[in-house]
Amino acid sequence: MSAGAPRNQIRSPIGRVRGFGPAHSGTHHFWHVRVTSVALLILTIVFVVIVISLLGRNQPAVVRVLGSPAIAVLMLLFVGGGIYHMWIGMQEILIDYVHSDRIKLLMLIGNTFFCMVIGVLCVFSILKLSFGI
Amino acid sequence: MFDPTTAPRLKARPLSPHLGIYRLTMTMAMSVMHRITGVALYYGTILMAWWLVAAASGPNAYATIESFMSSIFGRLILLGYTWALIHHALGGLRHLIWDLGYGLDDGERDMLATATLVGSIVLTIVLWVVGYLMMGGAR
Repeated sequence: MSAGAPRNQIRSPIGRVRGFGPAHSGTHHFWHVRVTSVALLILTIVFVVIVISLLGRNQPAVVRVLGSPAIAVLMLLFVGGGIYHMWIGMQEILIDYVHSDRIKLLMLIGNTFFCMVIGVLCVFSILKLSFGI
Repeated sequence: MFDPTTAPRLKARPLSPHLGIYRLTMTMAMSVMHRITGVALYYGTILMAWWLVAAASGPNAYATIESFMSSIFGRLILLGYTWALIHHALGGLRHLIWDLGYGLDDGERDMLATATLVGSIVLTIVLWVVGYLMMGGAR
């Protein structure tokens, strides 16, 4: 056992340091970024095709397309996967470059708030386009 | 208890040199671009949210975002967003290839990094040409 640890300590060394990384959580975020990136490769192509097909169309036409069940579900998947992916990505950047604990905490909270607000705005809008008022 | 005044002097440990000491390589440049485009796309979601909210709000709100996107400034933002999206997607694909253990040999690394840049520019141009043709066809 390393120096400084009390003798009556039952927890293993790894158990005591777990969660002490800069984000206070483990490597599952690394994996989640990879999983969402695979999904987003496909969903980004879908999103680009949807946007190009809607260029220059008027609002009723856009509502008809975005509100149709298949397109709405694909858009919800794109928004959900994208927002989760970028929430982790921004967190990774913040813990890399922001070293002051207080500022880092504020920025991590800001990251979460931004992603939640953007995500809810997008999801609510897509649902409204599908189901009407 | 560790006491630095009485403890024997530890040998100087080798330190990892910081970023600035290395010659800029293509893989390094594209790694930096991947982060920058990621941050750009992060704030670019504001545009997507605006677009969806406007579509859900009604014809007037949609006309507002449409006129903004039709301006030179709006077009430039959209062009940048398109390029950032394609570059980040291709960069992600490259990282997935590397994660699987392929394309890491000499030459292959730089080839993949260069392909990210060239591919993103070419695809952006192709998408915009298709986009303008679609708009021409719609009117």
